[in-house]
Amino acid sequence: MKEFDYVITDELGLHARPAGQLVKAASACPCAVRLTANGQTVDAKRVMGVMRLAVKKGGTLTVTCEGEGEEAAAETLRAFLTANL
Amino acid sequence: MLKGTGRPAYSGIAIGRICLYKKEQQDLPASSGDAAAEQQKFDEAKERARAELTELYEKAVRDIGQQQAEIIDVQRLMLDDLDYLESVEALIKSGASAAQAAKESGDSFSAAFAAMDDEYMKARAVDVRDVSGRIVSILCGHKNTAADVEGILVAEDLTPSETVQMPKDRIQAFVTRQGSSNSHTAILARIMNIPSLVQTQIALDDSLDGRTMIVDGFEGVYYIDPDEATLAAMREKQHRAEERRSELEQFRGRPSVTKAGRRVQLFANIGKPEDVKQALAGDAEGIGLLRSEFLYLGRTDFPTEEELYQAYCSIVTGMGGRRVVIRTLDIGADKQVDYFGLEHEDNPALGYRGIRICLKQEEIFRPQMRAIYRAAACGPVSVMFPMIASVWEVRRVKEFCAGIQSELKAEGVPCGEVELGIMVETPAAAIESAALAKEVQFFSVGTNDLTQYTLAIDRQNARLDEFYDSHHPAVLSLLRLIAQNARRAGIWCGICGELGADSTLTEEFIRMGYDELSVSPGRILELRRKVCESEATIDEGI
Repeated sequence: MKEFDYVITDELGLHARPAGQLVKAASACPCAVRLTANGQTVDAKRVMGVMRLAVKKGGTLTVTCEGEGEEAAAETLRAFLTANL
Repeated sequence: MLKGTGRPAYSGIAIGRICLYKKEQQDLPASSGDAAAEQQKFDEAKERARAELTELYEKAVRDIGQQQAEIIDVQRLMLDDLDYLESVEALIKSGASAAQAAKESGDSFSAAFAAMDDEYMKARAVDVRDVSGRIVSILCGHKNTAADVEGILVAEDLTPSETVQMPKDRIQAFVTRQGSSNSHTAILARIMNIPSLVQTQIALDDSLDGRTMIVDGFEGVYYIDPDEATLAAMREKQHRAEERRSELEQFRGRPSVTKAGRRVQLFANIGKPEDVKQALAGDAEGIGLLRSEFLYLGRTDFPTEEELYQAYCSIVTGMGGRRVVIRTLDIGADKQVDYFGLEHEDNPALGYRGIRICLKQEEIFRPQMRAIYRAAACGPVSVMFPMIASVWEVRRVKEFCAGIQSELKAEGVPCGEVELGIMVETPAAAIESAALAKEVQFFSVGTNDLTQYTLAIDRQNARLDEFYDSHHPAVLSLLRLIAQNARRAGIWCGICGELGADSTLTEEFIRMGYDELSVSPGRILELRRKVCESEATIDEGI
């Protein structure tokens, strides 16, 4: 299992557009990806759940990758978050 | 005459006929009793919805741009959302028809969004309703009518796909009962420059269709069946608004010269290469502040010299011979750039930032300065250094720059002359401006920081609003001193902070002797008018 925290810096937080892009990025990973924020955990491959996390600017998102290719998945998602959120 | 109010989403006046936009009432077909058949109907409708959304997405990219169009793309993802599909499947298994299951699942997901305490997320309920509504419509065999509207559009609320489908050239205004300033209607209205109101109390009655309506997007007021006096008054207001716009247009392309013949250059503040388009559209005479942080943010490692060079060069080339003033990296602990490895500071505004980082960590400064000297081969470039407080800092930086230039020449890399200046944004630099002026070729006053440091007031702290005075006599007298010392030393000086755009001070700046004001691109024509109409001359007494 590979896990890391990311603090959202985007003014709008994890809003619809990047949530969609994040789901696309997560869906491309072979392993299971879970997101945790404000005590809620959702499947990163399901867009409604990810949007409902409603992580705001300054909020911490915990990304957990588990299974095949978890190392690479965590790296990809970290790069995505840094570049977009 | 009926008068009502709403929240303005975009200013302007529209006068026209009401087009009432109502969604069709849908009678949901009952289940055939065969769950497998219903599931198949749903799956087919889902695929059709996907095809429609793909088409709509492409139209949206053409009409309103890639970024806004991605809202439609999120809907495509929702179609495949397992939570949604599982909910539909369970309802069908328990005896619902495909249409009932799609509607009920959509409604419950949308209600979950609507109940959230975040205004932005609340507004997303409409996306969920939009996508499930599309499937339901397909299952009910309905056709979409959003493409046939014209005039002043009055509706309960508009979904993103409806707004995208509407013919922009035939719509004069949007008026909705719901919606917020984050709603798609509001966003679209701003992109399309159409006067619009959201959150009105208008009663959506069939009899509204075709009646005359006035939308005042300045005041947030609408009139239905206006009387002659109101109609005349609003036509006058519409006329005046257009006149004001076209009056400002007359100042496009004109030099910014006062009646007494003094030239004040009006430059634009920008933050990335894409902003060049707006700077040119705003009729900027140059770029007075290029915030160079853009290439450093949102990545995991430092940009290379080549990346920096390409970006600067595209801006310099884009400005077609007009001067570009690049401010070197102004990053500190208050910005989230992990790879700089900056330690947490309790007071980042007074911390390790701006030129202090560049002087201590040459490996960061070197690629940027090399890129700037190389970009100077593409057109006129100036560079200014942030957070200067002492003369020795400027001497060190100048030495460093001279080294960079001779290094590039020795390597045979094409480079040009770069005008060297400093940001005057610390009270120390303002007070020492006579000595500093002997070292550099220009000053640019960063009024935001200068004010914050002079008054010891943190702009981010809302509780200090009543203590904050942007026209504080202490700040104005520093501004006067800076300009005076620049003139004595024979160098030019400008203002690139927010205060530069304050048109109540434009004449005062002219009197102080400022040569340049750098503001956001949309403010240039307005300030040029101010300059051209001014009788002010430099106050030699100061």
